[in-house]
Amino acid sequence: MSALFEFCLRMGDNTLVLGHRVSEWCGHAPVLEEDIALANTALDLIGQTQLWLGLAAEVQGEGKSADDLAFLRDAWDFRNALLCELPNGDFGQTLMRQYLFDEWHCMMLNALRSSTEKRVSDIADKAIKEASYHLERSRDTVIGLGDGTTESHARMQAALDYLYPYVGELFVADGHDEAATKAGIAPDLASLRDGYDAALSATMAAAMLTIPDDKFAHKGGRTGRMHTEHLGHMLTQMQWLQRAYPGASW
Amino acid sequence: MYAQMVKSTGEGVKSRDEMSPEEAAFQDRIDQDIKIEPKDWMPEGYRKTLIRQIGQHAHSEIVGQLPEGNWITRAPTLERKAILLAKVQDEAGHGLYLYCAAETLGVSRDELTEDLLSGRMKYSSIFNYPTLNWADMGAVGWLVDGAAIMNQVPLQRTSFGPYSRAMIRICKEESFHQRQGYDIMMKMAQGTEAQKKMAQDALNRTWYPALMMFGPSDKDSVHSAQSLAWKIKIDTNDELRQRFVDQTVPQAEYLGLTIPDENLKWNDEKGGYDFSQPDWEEFFDVVRGNGPCNVDRLAARNKAWDDGAWVRDGLLAHAEKRAARKTAAE
Ligand SMILES: [Fe+2]
Ligand SMILES: [Fe+2]
Ligand SMILES: [Fe+2]
Repeated sequence: MSALFEFCLRMGDNTLVLGHRVSEWCGHAPVLEEDIALANTALDLIGQTQLWLGLAAEVQGEGKSADDLAFLRDAWDFRNALLCELPNGDFGQTLMRQYLFDEWHCMMLNALRSSTEKRVSDIADKAIKEASYHLERSRDTVIGLGDGTTESHARMQAALDYLYPYVGELFVADGHDEAATKAGIAPDLASLRDGYDAALSATMAAAMLTIPDDKFAHKGGRTGRMHTEHLGHMLTQMQWLQRAYPGASW
Repeated sequence: MYAQMVKSTGEGVKSRDEMSPEEAAFQDRIDQDIKIEPKDWMPEGYRKTLIRQIGQHAHSEIVGQLPEGNWITRAPTLERKAILLAKVQDEAGHGLYLYCAAETLGVSRDELTEDLLSGRMKYSSIFNYPTLNWADMGAVGWLVDGAAIMNQVPLQRTSFGPYSRAMIRICKEESFHQRQGYDIMMKMAQGTEAQKKMAQDALNRTWYPALMMFGPSDKDSVHSAQSLAWKIKIDTNDELRQRFVDQTVPQAEYLGLTIPDENLKWNDEKGGYDFSQPDWEEFFDVVRGNGPCNVDRLAARNKAWDDGAWVRDGLLAHAEKRAARKTAAE
């Protein structure tokens, strides 16, 4: 399959899976403003999914739709980073996950605005506005809760400790990534790491949180080699109607 | 609106002779359709009734996120998921405007929230019914938001300024909610046999609870008489229910769905449909806490609030630290 197709899947599966996770909060947030903000984040991510998976389906050229890709692939065909599929945990874990993703997402989208593939740069132009807003919010919340009470600080440190091992995967390229970079579609993933680390250090310093020393990275989501156990459960819910009533139009 | 059986003063409407000069001047303004603003003098009963009504309405928007949130993670297409998310986000926004309108009457959002969580204040009975198949997302938008609009459109002219302005904003969004609900119903009613079955099942379960949303007949209620005189309420419950039935029956026919009422019949003389009343025993059971979902809904809201305590405390502590650092730096 083409590098462009793989690339679009990786972008679209990130937003699909993370958007789904965030949408699980609906009606259960700590405060009304957060219910609104979380729904808004999920909505943006699902909207971006329509664009990425729509482009993926177009590039694939088998007459499939974004919905076919979202609802009719099994876990081994998903190409999201593992970070995106991890469970919500408490509100702190959800917002830490969001921050760790948003920081990467913004750097990625910014780089994609100069993609040689116009359809990619068009999506990036649109998505960057939403992602920047998500980042502003998630960063403020991580800082606020990290530098809040003893309890909120402890919870945010626990969230960072749990999630940090899933950050590294975002910067590890495989053959598909290298082909996309070579074609000028996407930036070299490794080249984003220094900027990311600098931003992360600044945020965590303001949040009074300690970044773990161990740089070990869980991998396998972006390549599809090995997802976590969590993804399958998400798909049973997300895909249920489409699977139970094949061929229906909704 | 999602307010049912809001108690007013319970004393009946005062005649002109019984009114103090302030009360008479207040009533004059209402009769002339001049809006009452938060700083204006108002009878204590007016203030209290409005707090009950706006509070109940706000709580309904908040609890109303749950039956629809129940299907967000199972929405069958990306577009349906996005639309549903947008709708539920709107409902939370409606809750926010309404709590703000209530705050102008001197009650805080936290106080109202406490009253919801302890069960002292109610929310609309409709949200104590479950959403069991995907067509319920259609039925909720079409019938529940439809009934809400029926109530809220006249309330745009309500006498209390902040409430009226909140209604104007909310009504715009509610009509989008109703349309997307009807659109889901249309897809389902024109779909496979299984989808048609879902659509009919959703209508069967939602019809009478939707009729209950207007509350029992209030033509003899002293509470309603006072609210009507103060223009906190514009129409009686029966008028609104009739209007809702008259509007909805042709829509159901267009969908090819059957409204679960054998007595439903056009009445030429009154220029509206005759229809069966919902089971008011069931309604009072639901209001007393015995609906199919009362316990779950309140438990979900309480859990969200309790689990979120550390977040609210943390953010507050941070804001205070920041303010202190700023003062120290100056
Ligand atoms: Fe609403
Ligand atoms: Fe509603
Ligand atoms: Fe609505």
